[in-house]
Amino acid sequence: MAYTEEELKKELETKEYEYGFYTDIESDTFPVGLNEDIIRKISEKKGEPEWMTEWRLEAFSSFKKMVEPDWSNVKYKKPDLQKISYYSAPKQKPKYNSLEEVDPELLKTFDKLGISIDEQKKLSGVAVDIVMDSVSVATTFRETLAKKGIIFCSISEAIQKHPELVKKYIGTVIPPRDNYYSALNSAVFTDGSFCYIPKGVRCPMELSTYFRINQAGTGQFERTLVIADKQSYVSYLEGCTAPSRDENQLHAAVVELIALDDAEIKYSTVQNWFPGDKNGKGGVFNFVTKRGLCHNRSKISWTQVETGSAVTWKYPSCVLKGDNSIGEFYSIAVTNNFQQADTGTKMVHLGNNTRSTIISKGISAGKSQNSYRGLVKVGSRAKNARNFSQCDSLLMGNNCGAHTFPYIEAKNNSAQVEHEATTSKIGEDQIFYCNQRGIDTEKAIALIVNGFSKEVLNKLPMEFAVEAQKLLEISLEGSVG
Amino acid sequence: MLTIENLHAEVEGRTILNGIDLNVKAGEVHAIMGPNGSGKSTLSSVIAGNEDYDVTQGKILLKGKDLSGLDPEERAHLGIFLSFQYPVEIPGVTVTNFIKTAINANRKAQGLSDLGASELLKKIREKSTLLDIDSKFLSRSLNEGFSGGEKKRNEIFQMAMLEPTLAILDETDSGLDIDALKIVANGVNKFKAKENAVVVITHYQRLLEYIVPDFVHVLFGGKIVKSGTKELAHELEAKGYDWIKELA
Repeated sequence: MAYTEEELKKELETKEYEYGFYTDIESDTFPVGLNEDIIRKISEKKGEPEWMTEWRLEAFSSFKKMVEPDWSNVKYKKPDLQKISYYSAPKQKPKYNSLEEVDPELLKTFDKLGISIDEQKKLSGVAVDIVMDSVSVATTFRETLAKKGIIFCSISEAIQKHPELVKKYIGTVIPPRDNYYSALNSAVFTDGSFCYIPKGVRCPMELSTYFRINQAGTGQFERTLVIADKQSYVSYLEGCTAPSRDENQLHAAVVELIALDDAEIKYSTVQNWFPGDKNGKGGVFNFVTKRGLCHNRSKISWTQVETGSAVTWKYPSCVLKGDNSIGEFYSIAVTNNFQQADTGTKMVHLGNNTRSTIISKGISAGKSQNSYRGLVKVGSRAKNARNFSQCDSLLMGNNCGAHTFPYIEAKNNSAQVEHEATTSKIGEDQIFYCNQRGIDTEKAIALIVNGFSKEVLNKLPMEFAVEAQKLLEISLEGSVG
Repeated sequence: MLTIENLHAEVEGRTILNGIDLNVKAGEVHAIMGPNGSGKSTLSSVIAGNEDYDVTQGKILLKGKDLSGLDPEERAHLGIFLSFQYPVEIPGVTVTNFIKTAINANRKAQGLSDLGASELLKKIREKSTLLDIDSKFLSRSLNEGFSGGEKKRNEIFQMAMLEPTLAILDETDSGLDIDALKIVANGVNKFKAKENAVVVITHYQRLLEYIVPDFVHVLFGGKIVKSGTKELAHELEAKGYDWIKELA
């Protein structure tokens, strides 16, 4: 069936967010509000050592002096941080030794998310950590990893069992006072994933975390810390979903990556938080700080597929401190209806012979606004820095917007920085050509969008690439105008 | 196979087709000739179901089935294929992937499952050899950076792969050198069979040296003003189109 514009609009309106279910699990939720007492209570609830409590309080005191940034190209009603509950955990005991102990309702949730833990174990060999609302509920494959000395657990557990590692690295890449949301996160984070790959170890499987916001009126503030010791390698995947709700939910995560000498970290995200309904009501505010620090000859690659959230504000970055280190950023950001995304990266070249690559693909449909914002900075002592940036935008219909804000600051004259940008529109003639070959309009759009995004999709691990392709199709269904 | 009765069509309120009658039987090759602006490309677009054109009168039947109200892809599923005069580029989508998607979409419409990878590859090898297509060509993005000749060869390659019942070739000869023209014509001749039909739309007689038509029609002012056999094409070549204009 080919669609008239009217039919398409109608279908688009009735298109529901596939992950919009709510799971009825008993939760232990704190009263709303943000103050020192709440922060102390979070810390206490998690049985944290004194230094962690102090660290949180210090972050909170920085936070109180800060104001919410307003330089990004997005418009939204600022969330009232006093109306959020900062701790929500599925009741029952928070950690499980085996799947049998897990609340069956929770397991059903994972099934709906398409994460059958068991299946994942057998088929894909992916180790999964699942964070629901604020608490990590299941980490699979732990023993296999432990044999290699790899630590993969929730950050809460890491604070208990590996305080020396957490203390040494937390906040070193993203100091709490880095920005408004990182300060907030540092004060109130309730869980997240922790990963340590020992020297010389190549992690034998993909490590994966699934984040889900379930309870109403809660925010999710997870914190992820990945440390790849010298000459080690790890590929890390992250997926996110949330129920459909009328109100906006706040997600303010912090992800810190540390690649020591000769190490490599590949960090892939498929972000599918609830984007809000067709009228722009509800949806997740996704204000995330992600940054990696590269030591000598190390490499950090960020790959992201961003299809969800009402508002996205996110710049996974690399600080190329070590000589000969490499930073990469591959991104697909899709916005539809009233979604707004302001996303990109920062590549900070400090060491000699550092290289960075940025490939950004923005796809806008409906009445959405999609912005790429990127900074390439070359320090005065960074000799022979190289950067290549490519930003492509694809527009669907006449009511959406694509914007590119590239910033370049080169303080060393040996630097070579290249920037390429294109903007294109899915043409009626392309659609007709596909139709004439027997391909319907929906499939034609999927084909064109996949072609447009191919360079980035190719960077994703296999299992994720298939999921990401499907997600692109779902996000854009019926969006041609 | 194809019956067109008193077809009128317009674009943006402007009448382009002004009462066309045409009857193409299975196993036949028809050529439609005419000067620029006579409505040749409009006719092919209208048969293919391009929604930019409005059919105001008359109808098109394929194997007795009225095509009015059918979407372009539904017409494709019935076996209509259009070789485009200006094939579009689809960056990032390889020739192979595009053809695979098209074949499977058509199979799905017929209630068949996807074509197996080995069958597909076998077919690709067979048809690409026929059209002298290099395997590297197959992994390039569809029409992106293709020369005029490559684009047209790719169209005929798709035709060979999809095996339609009615193939309409819109100005397939434009932009082709003599070698490419021979290859393309050879592809069309190999495709020709008693259960399908070919409509060749062309401005020049050149292509008809290689794809020999059973009937030639001259289109002018949105109407077929003269029909004949291949000799008519020669006559047009010798005399030009001016004398035709007087017939209208």
